[in-house]
Amino acid sequence: MDLPGISPVLLIASLMVSATPILLAAIGETVVEKSGVLNLGVEGMMIVGAVVGFITAVNTTSPALGFVTAAIAGALLSTIFATLVLFFKSNQVATGLGLTLVGLGISALLGKPYEGIKSPTLQAFEIPVLSDIPVLGPMLFSHDPMVYISILIVAAVWFVLKYTRIGLVLRAVGENHDAAHALGYKVIRIRFMAIMFGGACAGLGGAYISLVRVPQWTEGMTAGAGWIALAIVVFASWKPWRALLGAYLFGGITVLQLNLQAAGVAIPVEYLSMSPFLITILVLVIISAKGNHGAPASLGRLFHASN
Amino acid sequence: MIRFEKRLAPSRTTTILTPIIAVILTMIAGGIMFAALGKDPFEAIRIIFWDPLFDENFASYSRPQLLVKAGPLILIAIGLSVGFKAGIWNIGAEGQYIMGAIFGAAAALAVYPAESPFIFPAMIIAGAFGGWLWAMIPAVLRTKFKTNEILVSLMLVYVAESILASVAQGLLKNPDGYGFPGSRNLQQYPSAFNGEVIANSGMHWGVISAFIAVIFTYVMMTRHIRGFEVRLMGEAPKAAQFAGVSTTRLIVFCLGFSGALAGLAGMFEVAGPAGQITIDFNSGYGFTAIIVAFLGRLHPVGILLAGLLMALTYIGGELAQLMLGLPGASIQLFQGMLLLFLLATDMFTNYRIRLGAAQ
Repeated sequence: MDLPGISPVLLIASLMVSATPILLAAIGETVVEKSGVLNLGVEGMMIVGAVVGFITAVNTTSPALGFVTAAIAGALLSTIFATLVLFFKSNQVATGLGLTLVGLGISALLGKPYEGIKSPTLQAFEIPVLSDIPVLGPMLFSHDPMVYISILIVAAVWFVLKYTRIGLVLRAVGENHDAAHALGYKVIRIRFMAIMFGGACAGLGGAYISLVRVPQWTEGMTAGAGWIALAIVVFASWKPWRALLGAYLFGGITVLQLNLQAAGVAIPVEYLSMSPFLITILVLVIISAKGNHGAPASLGRLFHASN
Repeated sequence: MIRFEKRLAPSRTTTILTPIIAVILTMIAGGIMFAALGKDPFEAIRIIFWDPLFDENFASYSRPQLLVKAGPLILIAIGLSVGFKAGIWNIGAEGQYIMGAIFGAAAALAVYPAESPFIFPAMIIAGAFGGWLWAMIPAVLRTKFKTNEILVSLMLVYVAESILASVAQGLLKNPDGYGFPGSRNLQQYPSAFNGEVIANSGMHWGVISAFIAVIFTYVMMTRHIRGFEVRLMGEAPKAAQFAGVSTTRLIVFCLGFSGALAGLAGMFEVAGPAGQITIDFNSGYGFTAIIVAFLGRLHPVGILLAGLLMALTYIGGELAQLMLGLPGASIQLFQGMLLLFLLATDMFTNYRIRLGAAQ
């Protein structure tokens, strides 16, 4: 099979770009789930981040500001989920789903006047010295800043969860909220913060789609990225670096199938575009078949402090 | 100090009251949203909830539409509610709906243009089978490999959408369609057409099936051992295990049941109101049905009423789009808000509020 136009350098470079939104959302959700809460509203928070970031960037001509407002919007939306789940003790699955529906509605409403406009996008940030290395330079070190920020967030989450007191407390809350409560940790407060962090990350991820990857606004443009992020958290066994690996693997598949589409391979477009989802399911099956793989013990369980 | 105290058993009064309160709260919040969009909130609410049923200009068209829209919603939601009660989360009904439609339409198109009274029953079986088959994927993966059924069923929606796009342009494309994507129109194929049973009522076979499903599920949940097992599994999984309830069999049953009903809904839709398989045939019924299931308190009769109410917001929403230029997305937002308000008020059925410090 002849595949012109698929160069490994470009493939890896665009893989990193296409993986970044999912990586951001997945690392945020990792923290949320580590605290023992399952937020299925990732897709909704992402798309709201995408539209708010886009609107800000178009109106202020500053993509950086777009990312900031997207993170705030994502975090604000997640407070609805946090309030319902933590204070009103609602079902986490249903509430997350409701959040996704609301997010899709809000974004479509807000984004209507902005359809068909191009947004200012991030400039590539060439890391000095490193970007001059042949092959590796353009492949790894000549991306826009958000690609590196996303990796830094992963590193920070890994460090905080593993080596700091606050990370230990967060994990304790996620493993056994009754014990953590008995020790005097504020289960509700910690979870609320974790959920907001997850919302902010999802917002950033969404904005990355509308500001860098596309960069345009179309209704429903996250197209399932939030759900894939949720799958990657499971794939990663709730470990930050594995989330990076998972997101990049997934990004690779996405880029490869897009390239195959462009190269006009004899596989129908529809089958190529469903391949990322099929492969995600396959990976989920392999991971879950291996048995217990470190899911936080209190994940999805209701916490009610009885005096 | 406000405290929440867990009730020993859910309160019956609040169980019935909370959906009504949630609807009222949604109307208020929606009214604020409409006002923010620069529309008269009272007029908007009236157009959505009152005019489709009682306005003399629209009612003759809208009233039959109510059943047309409520039919698939109720059919899907009834199936989902059984699984939700057992704690089995099939959120991919949209995909099962699509597969049911594809299988149902394919069964008819395979024998086109033959006429026979057996074609429609065959389509019903094919539609239910398509949805069931699609739901069996998460069921088997869950029971064999413990794979999360939420993620798998949801991701299969995107796969089903791709298959839909593929068959609309390939396998099921109308050979006489001048190259346009989309299948033959089943409305012009008498043996396959799911027409109105009573003229101008909107009552097609899908709506009748929805009513049958409501009665069937009610009897099953209250009178049959399977219904008892479902409730036991949802409320006390450990007790269910001790009682010898097979988790595997229950998961397969719940996903299969909801998948088959969603598939039926898709088949009735493609053979009736929609008429043909097109790229964008699905319209989100599978997701809205989740709201319907919760709004109906996972109870068959509640779901019947909730389905009618949700159908009303669809029709009223279209009317408001037409009359006020209200964006279509605001109805989607409206429905999402309803679910969130419902979940928020839900607490009062399981907890009672106590003022003052703990004793």
